Amino acid sequence: MNASARHDAVVIGAGHNGLVCAAYLAKAGRRVLVLEAGESVGGCAVSGEIHPGYTVSTCAHILHLLHPGVIADLRLKRHGLALSAPDLATLALLPDGEHLLLSSEVQATRDSISRFSRRDAERLPGFRARLERFAGALRPFLMATPPRLANGTWRDRWTLIRLGIAIRRLGRTDMRELLRIVGICSADLVEDVFESDVLKGVLAFDSVLGSFLGPRSPSSAFNLLYRAAGESDGRRGALSHPKGGMGAVTAALAAAAKSFGVEVRTAAPVAKVAIEDTVATGVVLESGEEIAARTVVSNADPRRTFLDLVGPDQLDTDFVRRVRHIRMDGATAKVNLALDGLPDLGGSGPHMANARLLIAPGVDYIEHAFDDAKYGAFSAEPAMEITIPSLHDPSLVPEGGHVMSIMVQFAPYRLRDGGWAAHREAFGDHVLKTLAAYMPDLSGRILARQVVTPDDLERDFRVSGGHWHHGELILNQLFMLRPVPRFAQYRTPIDNLYLCGAGAHPGGGIMGAAGRNAAREIMRDWSR
Amino acid sequence: MSEAITSDFLMKTPFHARTAPLCLSGKWGRWAGYSSVDCFYSVTEEYFAVRTAASLFDMSPMIKYRVTGRDAARFVNRLITRDIGACPPGHGLYVCWCDGDGKLIEDGTVFRLAENDFQINTAEHNFCWFEDTALGLDVTIADVSEEFAALALQGPLSRLVLERLGLTGIEAMPYFGLAWFTLDEAPLLVSRTGFTGDLGYELWIEPGRAEMLWDRLMAAGKDYRLTPIGAAALEMVRIEAGLIEIGFDYIGAEAALRESRKRSPYELGLGWLVDLKKSYFVGKRALAEEKRRGGPRWRLVGLEIEGNKPAIESFIYRGRTEVGHVTSAMWSPTLKKNIAIAVLEAPYATPKADLWAEIWHPRELEIRKINAPCRVVRRPFYDPPRRKA
Amino acid sequence: MKRYDAIVIGAGHNGLTAAAYLARAGKSVVVLERRPVIGGAAVSEELYPGFTYSSCSYVSSLMRPEIMRGLDLPRYGLQIIPYEGILTILPDGDYLASYSDPDLTRRENLRHSKRDAEAFGRFSLEVLRQCRFIKPMLLMTPPDPTSFKLDDIRGLIWMGRKFADLSERQMYDVMRFWTMSCADFLDEYFESEAVKGQLAGSSIIGTALGPRSPGSAYILLHHYMGEVDGDIGAWGYARGGMGAISRALAGAAQAHDCEIRTEAEVSQIIVKGGKAVGVALADGEEVYGTAIVSNLDPKRTFLKLMPLEHLDDTFIDQVRNFKIRGSSGKLNIALDGWPEFIAKPPIPAPLYSSIQIHRTLDDLERAYDDWKNGMWSRHPYLDIVIPSGLDPTMAPPGKHYMSVFVQYVPPKLKDGPWDDAKRSAFADTVIDTLAEICPNIRDLILHMQVRSPWDLENEVGLTEGNIFQGELTLDQLMFNRPFPGYAQYRGPLRRLYMCGSCTHPGGGVMGAPGANAAREILKDFKRRILR
Repeated sequence: MNASARHDAVVIGAGHNGLVCAAYLAKAGRRVLVLEAGESVGGCAVSGEIHPGYTVSTCAHILHLLHPGVIADLRLKRHGLALSAPDLATLALLPDGEHLLLSSEVQATRDSISRFSRRDAERLPGFRARLERFAGALRPFLMATPPRLANGTWRDRWTLIRLGIAIRRLGRTDMRELLRIVGICSADLVEDVFESDVLKGVLAFDSVLGSFLGPRSPSSAFNLLYRAAGESDGRRGALSHPKGGMGAVTAALAAAAKSFGVEVRTAAPVAKVAIEDTVATGVVLESGEEIAARTVVSNADPRRTFLDLVGPDQLDTDFVRRVRHIRMDGATAKVNLALDGLPDLGGSGPHMANARLLIAPGVDYIEHAFDDAKYGAFSAEPAMEITIPSLHDPSLVPEGGHVMSIMVQFAPYRLRDGGWAAHREAFGDHVLKTLAAYMPDLSGRILARQVVTPDDLERDFRVSGGHWHHGELILNQLFMLRPVPRFAQYRTPIDNLYLCGAGAHPGGGIMGAAGRNAAREIMRDWSR
Repeated sequence: MSEAITSDFLMKTPFHARTAPLCLSGKWGRWAGYSSVDCFYSVTEEYFAVRTAASLFDMSPMIKYRVTGRDAARFVNRLITRDIGACPPGHGLYVCWCDGDGKLIEDGTVFRLAENDFQINTAEHNFCWFEDTALGLDVTIADVSEEFAALALQGPLSRLVLERLGLTGIEAMPYFGLAWFTLDEAPLLVSRTGFTGDLGYELWIEPGRAEMLWDRLMAAGKDYRLTPIGAAALEMVRIEAGLIEIGFDYIGAEAALRESRKRSPYELGLGWLVDLKKSYFVGKRALAEEKRRGGPRWRLVGLEIEGNKPAIESFIYRGRTEVGHVTSAMWSPTLKKNIAIAVLEAPYATPKADLWAEIWHPRELEIRKINAPCRVVRRPFYDPPRRKA
Repeated sequence: MKRYDAIVIGAGHNGLTAAAYLARAGKSVVVLERRPVIGGAAVSEELYPGFTYSSCSYVSSLMRPEIMRGLDLPRYGLQIIPYEGILTILPDGDYLASYSDPDLTRRENLRHSKRDAEAFGRFSLEVLRQCRFIKPMLLMTPPDPTSFKLDDIRGLIWMGRKFADLSERQMYDVMRFWTMSCADFLDEYFESEAVKGQLAGSSIIGTALGPRSPGSAYILLHHYMGEVDGDIGAWGYARGGMGAISRALAGAAQAHDCEIRTEAEVSQIIVKGGKAVGVALADGEEVYGTAIVSNLDPKRTFLKLMPLEHLDDTFIDQVRNFKIRGSSGKLNIALDGWPEFIAKPPIPAPLYSSIQIHRTLDDLERAYDDWKNGMWSRHPYLDIVIPSGLDPTMAPPGKHYMSVFVQYVPPKLKDGPWDDAKRSAFADTVIDTLAEICPNIRDLILHMQVRSPWDLENEVGLTEGNIFQGELTLDQLMFNRPFPGYAQYRGPLRRLYMCGSCTHPGGGVMGAPGANAAREILKDFKRRILR
């Protein structure tokens, strides 16, 4: 241990998990330095100006998983976290101008679904309630350190026992159903219950958003549980817009961290983790500057952390094999638009535009979009999640203007013919062409366009493979298996080096869980 | 894509045209996909040729890798548990390499041909492991197994044979030294190495000149009773020499079905090959941890057993408790002793332990059980000064 | 009127296995089969003079050795002839053969990739480790994890111990293996498309998953966990066709006075007082018995043979949501001579193996996409065997019987139901594909039987034509098979049992479901639950 180090911990990367981890460590009285390669903090949770006066969340755009414990512990509200829209409705658009509205207003939702299927309207609340019960059983484990299965401690065994109890407490019927659905595909999950394509499409879309899975890929149903486990400002499963865009969330996190004494340095890219005889002793910046620390915490994805920052020189071959085979090719792209006015939503009417808009008219539509991506092409007919945050937050745009934020499934990291550089704009055009069927006047309103592909994510945000979750959220890469078996406890083969990013349990989404869990493990080791 | 498989099940070594007519016993074995002579005429005669005169063994099936490139030395050091820095160009080193859990994958020899030019000789295929271990390094790993024919010339008179062959300066070669010669305009690499525990050399030449080398050696060795030997005689001398063999004394970590069968270098008596002071190598963390925890669970030891019945595949007991098993065993004609290599639970791997071996010995179609007292002894069993001379 | 101790509905191999075990235990048993032949999908049929067709299942490996020995099947004529492995034929006439000899296999793989030749050993070890873990569970009744019954808790603890016996690394590997896709699994070892394609075939046979679908690695294991004479993962031909297995099982059953009645179609399960008490046959005859054992899949058993009023809605939903999903078709062909393949391995043995046309993972995935879209694969995966090569009794001298298994073929086509025209168009696709590697195939065809999933459903009674009586996905394995709460071979009514491949451990002519069901039934007799 490097006792002379000025810092108790150096955190590599000021993504939201890095900031959360730093804040918790500093709150416990430790001296923490956060090093960010970019010009500003936030990682993938940032806002950017895409046209003079037009600000939009560059990557992630909806807040629905940020853990309430993190918000409270770090006093984020005091540091500026505010929601411009606390509970977004979901509006699924259909090409014929029809639409389906899902919101927290029970009757409105029921009426809307009834137009497609009375039976589905009857069934949705039960379906959601069951999902919520499952999510409730699993929710505490988002904040738990995954146990080791052998050579473990009593604490590890206790986590497993708790998991067993949580599942058993669901009761026999629910437990059986949970054990059945945990590995199935979302298409089966929704097709068993519902009959209307549009409702099935909405539910299936949420199961694949951000991942490289189709609704017919087994394991995709689990992602619905994962989403249901999220909370937004105390509302379970609710979707919200942060005021000022996603960058405001990380700004609040940074402010909170600083208030606890965290030092944040931007434009300070780390080149290497300094290691002496299998123990991390600090970091070396690309500038050559060496910073010593008792502990090094990496918010970078596992591949980047181990293969670039640590380097195979310090690792065992079998471990490196595992890291290289983490499935982490991204398939989600983002298109951000600056608009001179609100687009016409066809039959849905402008009053609906403040919802989360979905282009996912059926399970097969999404599956076909996925099929294209399997072979290295972006979807001919992509599925999309669209928000117009400026409707809730006028501070983002000049008077009369709007910004539109579009999440596009699927745009695979590896394109079959050539790199993204040659296809980025064609892809942007393609997305707009698809949208034209739903918003006929959209293209005439565009002042500026920003396309963020997985390739851009890798380059600009240093996420290997451009995967939003730093690794696919899929059963064989979750919990004890995330990022690789035997190292799911935020510790790494290198002593005093920890992971705190989405590549570790419980994965991505602006949740802060990985950062908080990592901080807990680090402090536990310190106290030993 | 290379040629399709012909109807030959096994491949033939470059010496096949010479060894086949001499193999009067008709006893062939297989080695790494090649036909390999098990015994030419008489195992006894071949054995005594190694120990008393000179012997020639066709070791061409041995797998050879060539490692070159700017980071070649770095790669080798990342791979093996010994420090390659201790091996200057022109020398070889007996080494082993482990997986991330510190379990032995294989042991073999490394020749440092130049600063960043190595030849690694192994019994099993290691290409994937080597390539995966080389990640991020500027190094080229090539399987050159088929680019070299190799002969082991071993025995007390082997030096004289090479002198007669006209390899001047051969007498000055140090143990584990390398030297290059030209024979009939063909480059010949000679290493002062072997698998017999005796004075000996290994000779490496391009396959096209293999038969020339064989003929020249046989001619030079005529007066020294130079005898071709097969795998059976080699097996005897390697046990006497206390050398371990993959597939017999241990299973490589990459090839073991059961985790419990994997062995660390410490457990196999190869602790002296592990240098925990050098920079990181694969398995270092686990090996340091094993050492910190008080050493290995198992130990590979030499045993001397009463009687003259080889303790093949015997269990070893202390009192009524089974404490290990024999991995290799033989009656040693040189030592006039019944010897064995065995794996024992660490606490019993001491000369003081009161052990016995359960030997099942066939006697006229009837299997007899012999309980033979035995004791742990130092390996190698046979270690003449000329081995390293 | 005679009252039997057990009535088995359907003389499939599992029905016969269950019947044989029950009869051997001294129970009076009758097996009722709708068709004139016994065996279900394990049949030999002479559909063209002199040729024996294994008209549905065509190779054997999974049949549990414990059952072969326990029921003394060799005594009743069962002989399994092992074959070498797989021969993949590439479009350019090259090939990739797997041999029983490891050195040959290595050299063969080496021609395609240096790394893969070596990785093959590591891959095989890993699959073997997974086999070793699952093997002891095949002949056990899956414990119910939601139950507090002693047997279930004991079973769970036993399984937990088996798991705890693994090294930590293997524990994680088991968790990973059961959930990952075959493509991800293969990518961890191999680089060559030929090698990956050859191995991936096992991960899609009979299943409605693509090689990139999570969960498909398990299907691969399902095809590797069998054995021939202790050689794990080996496959062979039943001498005289797959019907020989059924005949041997029937022989074993009849030796203990089991009655087997063919052309005795059960039209309804008779329920009285909430118990299954007998069956009504299509001709009006009623047969009564103590235990009613169905070899049919749950959709047939519960939705067709039972008055629905005896079942509660949740259960009916479970049955309806059971995923059967046919995805395979088959051609049985009588050939006038040995077919000439474009690849000519110097050793003939590979030609007696399973012969495949080269498919990359992407090809297989696209073939699966076609299925998803309601059409048969335009470039299907074919698993071709010529059993007459090793078993000359299958065809007249000089002539051969060829079985062509086709993946993927949907039970429902997007452009209307299956009919004769579509069946023949489907056959054309298959023969065209076959002709790519076997140019003279058309000239040799003497007779051909084409089986779409629709035919399999109508003739053999496999719902949707699914060869496993239900998808082998995580949600339908172990204690989830066929559905949670009913994995212990007992149906929703007392005295009603299931013994088909729809129950643990699934299909593949394994016999294990039948043996397990018989064990549970006998247990109930012993506990006097059945009297």
